[in-house]
Amino acid sequence: MDWHDVTARLFPEGHHVVADGDLLAGTGRCGDTTFAVIGSAHHAEIGVELALAMARLVLATMRTHPGRPIVFLVDTAGQRLRRRDELLGLNRCMAHLAKCVEVARSRGHRVLGLVYDQALSGGFLATGMMADLCAALPESEIRVMNLSAMARVTRQPVERLAELARSSPVFAPGAINYVKMGAIDALWEGDLAAHLAAAVADAPATDTRRDVGQARGGRLLAAPIALRANVE
Amino acid sequence: MQSYYEANARERLDGLLDPGTFREILPPVARTLSPHLQALDLPAAFDDGIVIGTAKLEGLAVLVAAQEGGFMGGAVGEVQGAKITGLLERARNAEVAGIVLLLETGGVRLQEANAGLIAVSEVIRAICATRVAGIPVIAAIGGQYGCFGGMGIAAACCTGIVMSEEGRLGLSGPEVIETAHGVEEFDSRDRALVWRTVGGKHRFLLGDCDVLVDDRIDAFRRAIAQALREGDRLDLDAVEREHALLQRRVDRFGGCDDGADIWRDLGFPDPENVPLLATDALVAISQRLRAA
Repeated sequence: MDWHDVTARLFPEGHHVVADGDLLAGTGRCGDTTFAVIGSAHHAEIGVELALAMARLVLATMRTHPGRPIVFLVDTAGQRLRRRDELLGLNRCMAHLAKCVEVARSRGHRVLGLVYDQALSGGFLATGMMADLCAALPESEIRVMNLSAMARVTRQPVERLAELARSSPVFAPGAINYVKMGAIDALWEGDLAAHLAAAVADAPATDTRRDVGQARGGRLLAAPIALRANVE
Repeated sequence: MQSYYEANARERLDGLLDPGTFREILPPVARTLSPHLQALDLPAAFDDGIVIGTAKLEGLAVLVAAQEGGFMGGAVGEVQGAKITGLLERARNAEVAGIVLLLETGGVRLQEANAGLIAVSEVIRAICATRVAGIPVIAAIGGQYGCFGGMGIAAACCTGIVMSEEGRLGLSGPEVIETAHGVEEFDSRDRALVWRTVGGKHRFLLGDCDVLVDDRIDAFRRAIAQALREGDRLDLDAVEREHALLQRRVDRFGGCDDGADIWRDLGFPDPENVPLLATDALVAISQRLRAA
């Protein structure tokens, strides 16, 4: 889905979100609440520049508008797969973005994520997966890599993986599988503004994803194993 | 002196921790096997490739996790990730000087796909939350599989990183980049090029690892203890300083095509010689250049 349509539906009271290349930045109003909007468009590949640009927006929100909720709009083809980005430390730039989100959370900013098109691996870890609550549009895709590439790396026949994808949320790319596993809170349909208003009010302050995944039956071991590692 | 590179996860813990102080949490007898590997008829491990526990290191109370590169290249699945996340959360209620993560991993365990990706994200978030609570998390990297994928992000979220020259740290591994854009973009079999891009010396000269040590377990131990004693403070000032550092880096080196170009810019008159320098010689030159 085009980001213009998404922002129009999220912010019926108006928004000032603009695209600068693949970077989305601005503010949007939903009910009485003003959100800082940070995101990427056009299936962006996240390289060092884009990671730092998003981090700068999180920092500016903390300094200029303490407490303002932040919403990440996610459309990424993953981290940029170039030698130059590795040379410059793309892992550290992504980590910096993740740390900025954590510091924002600790200072009272609610942080939400919405996957509105696609979210692949490294491009998603420092944004939507760092949020208090991440949602997705029903048609969006979230995945580590495509099934044929996964078949090559894991030396499993692609037919086998395709069959597993039908029976197991672990292997299939649809956002619904991430809902079952607890990483996506819900698929947002219809009135996106109503979903956003409810999410900013209800988002949990701590990481509850593994408990949600266990309750939904999509990820049964993460919650009990983490608990045992904590207390035994 | 024992090589860190050659040792497995349990041998590293034996060499790093004060004798008799390690108590393993969820040891192999707990039989926490990956259900996803079993579904694929792949061999599983009773500890899922990670050893976690409580211990002392040079007298400091610590929580430790050591990834076993010999099991699926240290890749993170649901169970392994949950063991690390639970250990990190344990620090909030324990009297410890910090957490030590011995990382050796290719990142997400692809055989567990979505479950592996979510597990890595939970580790990243737990590291950040632990640090905001003021508890240092120190990563050590010096094994043969390096530290890549989402766990490369996790490492860079830590308070400090101790590396050896043999260690490698990045996001996308050389093979992944070569697969995506061809051998002209990144020849993953060019060992020297790989080390100039993601190796311990380059990471040290850029400032991505705080300490570069020789490939000896006792050298790692001293550096980890020192890092733990320095404590931690992850707040707005800290991330603003980090931002300024990274922005200057991209502005200054963004046009460089090779690690050697960056080293020349940093003041090494003979950058081709850097791979041949001993660790202490490299550290000494680097400190002199930073002071000047």
